[in-house]
Amino acid sequence: MKQQSRMPRRVFIKGLASSAGVLLAGCTPMDPPTYGNVLRMGDLLTYKAHRLLLPAHSLAREYDYSDISSVPAIGTTNPADPDKSSYSREHGPVYEQLLANRFADWRLVVEGSVARPRAFSLDELRRMPSRTQITRHTCEEGWSAIAQWTGVPLRAVLEAAGVHPTARFVQYYAYDGWVDGIDMLDALHPQTILAYGMNGRDLPISHGAPVRLRVEKQLGYKSMKFLRRIVVTDHFDDHGKRGLIQNGWSWYAGI
Amino acid sequence: MLGDNRLGVSVSKSVAQPGSSASSAHTRGHRRWVRVCHWLSAAAFMTLAVSGFFILMVHPRLYLGHAGNDLMPALLTLPISNNYRPDELHSRVTFMAVPGAPVTAERNFAIFNQNGWARSLHFLAAWILVVAGATYVAFGSVGRHIPTNLIPRGRELAPRALLQDLKSHLRPVVGAIGVGPPYGLLQKLAYASVMLVVLPLMVATGLTMSPAVTASFPFLLDLFGGYQTARTIHFFGFAALVLFLLVHIAMVIATGFGRQLRAMTLGN
Repeated sequence: MKQQSRMPRRVFIKGLASSAGVLLAGCTPMDPPTYGNVLRMGDLLTYKAHRLLLPAHSLAREYDYSDISSVPAIGTTNPADPDKSSYSREHGPVYEQLLANRFADWRLVVEGSVARPRAFSLDELRRMPSRTQITRHTCEEGWSAIAQWTGVPLRAVLEAAGVHPTARFVQYYAYDGWVDGIDMLDALHPQTILAYGMNGRDLPISHGAPVRLRVEKQLGYKSMKFLRRIVVTDHFDDHGKRGLIQNGWSWYAGI
Repeated sequence: MLGDNRLGVSVSKSVAQPGSSASSAHTRGHRRWVRVCHWLSAAAFMTLAVSGFFILMVHPRLYLGHAGNDLMPALLTLPISNNYRPDELHSRVTFMAVPGAPVTAERNFAIFNQNGWARSLHFLAAWILVVAGATYVAFGSVGRHIPTNLIPRGRELAPRALLQDLKSHLRPVVGAIGVGPPYGLLQKLAYASVMLVVLPLMVATGLTMSPAVTASFPFLLDLFGGYQTARTIHFFGFAALVLFLLVHIAMVIATGFGRQLRAMTLGN
């Protein structure tokens, strides 16, 4: 009985202590931080439960062309408009110049934990294999809308940049100053696309021109508009005071 | 008649002398697991009701089907916030060159939105409710509490019996009334429908509003007829539960608030 386990006792106790620590804290360094906030602990529980219980690669419902509905544009409707409360003094003027040149000079920077950091032009993204999907945008406010989105799978862009095997998250930055991120499971999901087309036309400015993200298995606010930069990271980044968590919102919005 | 504790005279005798009638089921009061599940569910429900109302205020319109928003007609617009301002949506653009084609328009005014804490609190409370509810159904099935005390027998459901129980609820209560089972007919129906029908429906329609869950279980969208229909059913379930809560509290007050509160907390 004494030598039942081949694991040295000290290692076993250390392992037990660290797993107890993980259980007590409810998370590992790879998870969104809770800062001891009970609401963030609930968010983390939901995130962990989804990742544990839900099949990873199931697709969100895709609808028929006749199901396409009206859709309001909310939040930032033009990052170049200095009168809007969401105006970014750093990036707004740049967006204005890009807009004047019909996004010919726009580049999507892809960097971080990748082998080949690079910048994609709009034409380069358009030349890559595209995906068109008619999906439901589910806004956290309670409304929903169905639209057709055309774009390049984020997975293809990440593969072109050569994501390191240690990478766990994809962070994204927008011209209205917003910044957010998703885990690699959602980033590599086949319906997660960098959309440049909406309902058969170029993506309208109010819906995030020239390129927005579509994350179909989460609420609308994760599908960020007006993208400018993508950073692959090995660890979780809460983006400090600009991020969702410190502003009181759940980072994971699969709900 | 003996089964109806609202006609409490015969029951109250045994309650008045608990020591002398140990064999009687009438004096049992509430079992511990019932009390624990009751107060956990009560706390979770109050939290869900308040946070759910805040969530509803952000978009106070209800629809049927999969899509519904400020640019589409609603089934119902509730006067609980000033967030729906169709006249202030600007730069309307039509997507396709056909009559009645879908449109887009910009919303540039600030709305009331407390969903950050409200939704996170809603889900935290939902986890507690699911655990308490599942525990209740598990214990209640194994220990026969649900089939014995909550499910009415066939002949109890005769229209005359229903009418009689309804009448008895309209008369003022005389004397002390027993706590805990056996329950009256309407009481059984109320508890059974809340625990076994409405709350499970709330969980199912709630899950139907989750993009991640419906990606894995798309039958939920078909079962309820779409995301917005599920949301609308969720609202009417909320309304039914609030109505139940009001009647429940009224009955508790009518039959002795202090006694009932003590019985549900301490057991007897």
